[in-house]
Amino acid sequence: MTKKILILLFILIPIKANALIEVDITRGNLNPLPLAVSPLSIDEKSRKGFEKILKKENIGSEISKIVENNLRVSGLFNPLDKKAFLQAPDIANLKPRFEDWNLIKAQALITGKVNYIDDKLRVEFRLWDVLAAKEMMALAFTTVPNNWRRVGHIISDKVYERLTGEKGYFDTRIIYVSEEGPKTQRIKKLAIMDQDGANNKFLTLGNELVLTPRFNPASQMVTYLSYFKNMPRVYLLDIETGTQEVVGDFPGMTFAPRFSPDGKKIIMSFAKDGKSDIYTMDLENRIVEKITNHPSIDTSPSYSPDGKYITFNSDRSGYQQIYVMKNDGSDVKRISFGNGLYGTPVWSPRGDLIAFTKLHKGKFYIGVMRTDGSGERLLTENYYQEAPSWSPNGRVLIFYRETKTNSKGEGFSAKLWSIDLTGYNERQIKTPTDASDPSWSSLLSN
Amino acid sequence: MRLNKILKNTLLVLTACLVLSACATKKEVATDIQGQMQGDVYTGTDTVKYLADGVPDRVFFATNESILTTASRETLRAQAAWLRKNPNINVVLEGHADERGTREYNLALGERRANAAKDYLMTYGISSDRITVLSYGKERPVDSGSNPLAWSKNRRSVTVKAN
Repeated sequence: MTKKILILLFILIPIKANALIEVDITRGNLNPLPLAVSPLSIDEKSRKGFEKILKKENIGSEISKIVENNLRVSGLFNPLDKKAFLQAPDIANLKPRFEDWNLIKAQALITGKVNYIDDKLRVEFRLWDVLAAKEMMALAFTTVPNNWRRVGHIISDKVYERLTGEKGYFDTRIIYVSEEGPKTQRIKKLAIMDQDGANNKFLTLGNELVLTPRFNPASQMVTYLSYFKNMPRVYLLDIETGTQEVVGDFPGMTFAPRFSPDGKKIIMSFAKDGKSDIYTMDLENRIVEKITNHPSIDTSPSYSPDGKYITFNSDRSGYQQIYVMKNDGSDVKRISFGNGLYGTPVWSPRGDLIAFTKLHKGKFYIGVMRTDGSGERLLTENYYQEAPSWSPNGRVLIFYRETKTNSKGEGFSAKLWSIDLTGYNERQIKTPTDASDPSWSSLLSN
Repeated sequence: MRLNKILKNTLLVLTACLVLSACATKKEVATDIQGQMQGDVYTGTDTVKYLADGVPDRVFFATNESILTTASRETLRAQAAWLRKNPNINVVLEGHADERGTREYNLALGERRANAAKDYLMTYGISSDRITVLSYGKERPVDSGSNPLAWSKNRRSVTVKAN
């Protein structure tokens, strides 16, 4: 975890400005782009070198499997079956025989090569437009061998960006709450994993209840709620060092924490005497500011990406609704006016939308609306689901879903799911235990 | 004219919906209450424990509400009398919500419910120094069911001895 990826990124061949293949990600993609991910070729000496260190028989194919899986799961690409490939990986990387790839209906082709040089992993890869018979991109990375999965994610991000025109979200992690045990006595631990579910790791032991972890968009810090010593308080955790501290000195429960976009402040709720207000604490000078002051419940605050506005949840109208205000607490405006209750507003990293949870007629929805409340769109309906978190490119939402129990109170489960902003491509994200409260990190390499 | 017609149709549909939902509610009430709920506030006793003879440990709330019912006030008066008789006992008021709400809002709601109970105890002479409020939101249900009766048992404030 602590190893920063060491990247020597150099462009082998300049990229031409005129786009060749393009994938439109703004609408539901029912015809994912067929593409071929040729296994990265590897010479025998390098293969043996990596087998020794990484215990993987062929690291070249392992990396391309990661790329293939990422692209498939995005819903925008359809990686073709390798058995149909006619050209050997090493030759394809030198000069693809485009007719062969055209024959299996691949529109794009990814080739590459892995080398073991000076105890380092060197990967080069190329993206080809099959129909135009042209190279679209060529890049090479050098890093420590243990970073091989991240190399696969970075390649995926580069391919996604080149073909869609938007940044990817594969070289990222998810922090979440792992859940075990009966519904009345759940044991909850903080857990972290790569975006694709690999490298799952528990960060707390489960001795105390923990909830709602959120990543700092600017560093590897996390803020979350812990019931340590039966005092629910907002904590700050450094995932690299494991050190943690209470945020602020409040005489009561603090909860619903999130970072400001620059990572320098924590915004959260403080509950006292039956009312909850929103506060910020500056992490450098420890200055605490009270942002809302109302006898209602004000919670679930989330900053706009420029830090100038805050969206939050309040029942000041009598029921839970979504509001937007300036970052100093002035100019409060209600933005949700549809039927039902609205909660957990989260500002998109692109700035244009707010994702939310809605409860209407006994069903829970994850939806999005513009920041003035117009254009409400519900993406998914279920018995219970809530707490959306955005992918760093603002194209995918991750959230959790709970099942209804039977008449004996059995059959409860909580799982992580993701869905595209388009409302398509709904998927369960596999976790070793039950899971809730997911939060998506920024891109790790940027 | 046309608009009028549309409006009329909408009204008809709306009325139909209202009638239907009214029926649905009635039906639900009939199967779920079984003498254990009034409105949607739990009035049964099967999860209630006693701090002392005749002193129930918990009060129940309607959905999204933190208003104390007549029965709740009676329970809290009994708790206040017991606390006055036992001046060395301190209590924690644990506020809870049902599972049909977002986690963060429910944490605040649990706190508001426990505070409603605390305020009432204070008006009956119990010092705030003896009372701690702790919200669990929806994290610690007593009934794991996914039905209105189970939810009504979970919307509660429980008075727990702290020492």
